[in-house]
Amino acid sequence: MAIKHFHHALKIKTETCFGCSHCMKVCPTEAIRIRNGKAIFFENRCVDCGECFKACPVQAIYIDQDDFDRINSYEYRVALIPAIFIGQFSRKYSLEQIYSAIYAAGFTHIFEVEQSTAILKDQINRYAEDNPSKKPLISSFCPAIIRLIQVRFPSLVGNIMSLKPPLDITALYCRKKLTDEGVNPARIGVFYITPCAAKIAAIKSPVGEDYSMITGVINMDFLFNRVYRFIKNLTETDKEAIPVKPLSPDAMRWSLTHGEADHIRGRSLAVDEIHNVIEFLEKVENDQIKNIDFLELRACDESCAGGVLSNANRFLVNERLRSPKSRDTETDNNSAKTIEDYREYLDRRINIQEIKPRSIMKLDDNMEEAMRKMGMTKEIMNLLPGTDCGVCGAPSCQALANDIVLGDADIRQCIFIQRSRESTGELSSPDSLKLMKGIWGEDKF
Amino acid sequence: MHFEYFINGGDFSKAGQASSHFKKVLQQLNVAPQIIKRIVVALYEAEVNIVAHAFEGKIIIELQPDSVVMMLTDKGPGIPDIEKAMEIGYSTASPKVREMGFGAGMGLSNIKNNADHLEISSTVGTGTTVTIKVNLKSDQLTD
Repeated sequence: MAIKHFHHALKIKTETCFGCSHCMKVCPTEAIRIRNGKAIFFENRCVDCGECFKACPVQAIYIDQDDFDRINSYEYRVALIPAIFIGQFSRKYSLEQIYSAIYAAGFTHIFEVEQSTAILKDQINRYAEDNPSKKPLISSFCPAIIRLIQVRFPSLVGNIMSLKPPLDITALYCRKKLTDEGVNPARIGVFYITPCAAKIAAIKSPVGEDYSMITGVINMDFLFNRVYRFIKNLTETDKEAIPVKPLSPDAMRWSLTHGEADHIRGRSLAVDEIHNVIEFLEKVENDQIKNIDFLELRACDESCAGGVLSNANRFLVNERLRSPKSRDTETDNNSAKTIEDYREYLDRRINIQEIKPRSIMKLDDNMEEAMRKMGMTKEIMNLLPGTDCGVCGAPSCQALANDIVLGDADIRQCIFIQRSRESTGELSSPDSLKLMKGIWGEDKF
Repeated sequence: MHFEYFINGGDFSKAGQASSHFKKVLQQLNVAPQIIKRIVVALYEAEVNIVAHAFEGKIIIELQPDSVVMMLTDKGPGIPDIEKAMEIGYSTASPKVREMGFGAGMGLSNIKNNADHLEISSTVGTGTTVTIKVNLKSDQLTD
């Protein structure tokens, strides 16, 4: 049986949350409700996109990261940094300075996530050729998109390419490389610096993999603050100590919008921002959009540059990574082994298992029962006002109707129903107030 | 369960609304994704046919636990030769319609490929009725 529990990186600090419902209104999968004056998640619906995190006015939603001190349990402490991290820094800081500061923060090795994109690019093109029936092929890059497809577009799960995203390939590579250099695997800790919540969820409960190669996850905003402090205090000798081999321009741009699509043969499209993706996938699912070979879909506006844990403005990050002469760097010409030496090893391990749908739309597993429930939902919808006001603690009238049918809500939560019933004497004023307190909390009345 | 949709001829911007709505119904009913896809593709093609060729039309859907029957009736020019219309690539769509990405002549054959049963009756000058039946449980038997 499939695992029923999903790890979510997005958590609600109940002591801070005051039930303003901003998050409930922006959630693209209607995964949030208000109960007793606090926001709660419907875990199976949440795809970890982070829209709620951005909408919260009091920072009551946080992204659960690993304790930074955990890195010290390992002798070899690898920081897997996405190019987006480099884009956090203004151009006045060189790559050498940024890297020196990451080492100063406590890491012993740095691997850029996008090192593996040259290998992945060839694999995607080969995969597309070998699987013509999977058109349009959907990239496996963004974990929020994978989850979105699982819950909202179950018929498209088969279109997601069964290839590891760059993060997992690079994680595999850095472990193999260090092990080949004679390091005891148990002493290696691989820590990913994440720009978003979805990547954390993907590592803690992987889809299409049995376990993750990544030891822990550090939020990018957290490491940025640490590194920024160190960068200011670096001495001249620190800066010169580390020769850095910069990523190729293509690798640098991979996590930006079009970073992937531009390298895939045939008709490739890039769509970013989760609502745009939903709108597009609706049409793909209905077969209204045809003859597309490849889809690069990203949950955040401006892709990873717009990740919720990115400190810098997403348009600036984009510009810093896109411009060819990005920062002053002395090219490192040493003959150390590169990821290209491991191409064959990685190619053989690049596939992931088939991704399974887990629809949030179904009213019941049994179709007859689902039809009965749908009939009930229709009847309830006839009674509800259709204003989607959210006073019932659900994001829309339709969501409330579904909640009622599934036993998660009461029709009297609707303020319009309450008023009507109060006027006819079916519901007393104290009972009506009690219902409201059940949604919005005692202290709001 | 019973569903009805009305369609205006010529309004291509709204073509697909009925199939989009009905897709959500099927998803709520936990119909297998592959079967949903067949139903939605067939319905969408039939819907576009009404938009492209007829003045107006109506979709009546009867949904049973084991099957769905979709009846699309339109007031329009009718089809003079149904057999010919079924041929792949045969199209009477105007260049203007083709420019919008419709009218490739795949419509009826695409419906046929996705339906378990297809019936077309037409009177030239009056209109056409297309009846599409898809079994909801066929894939479950072969699993």
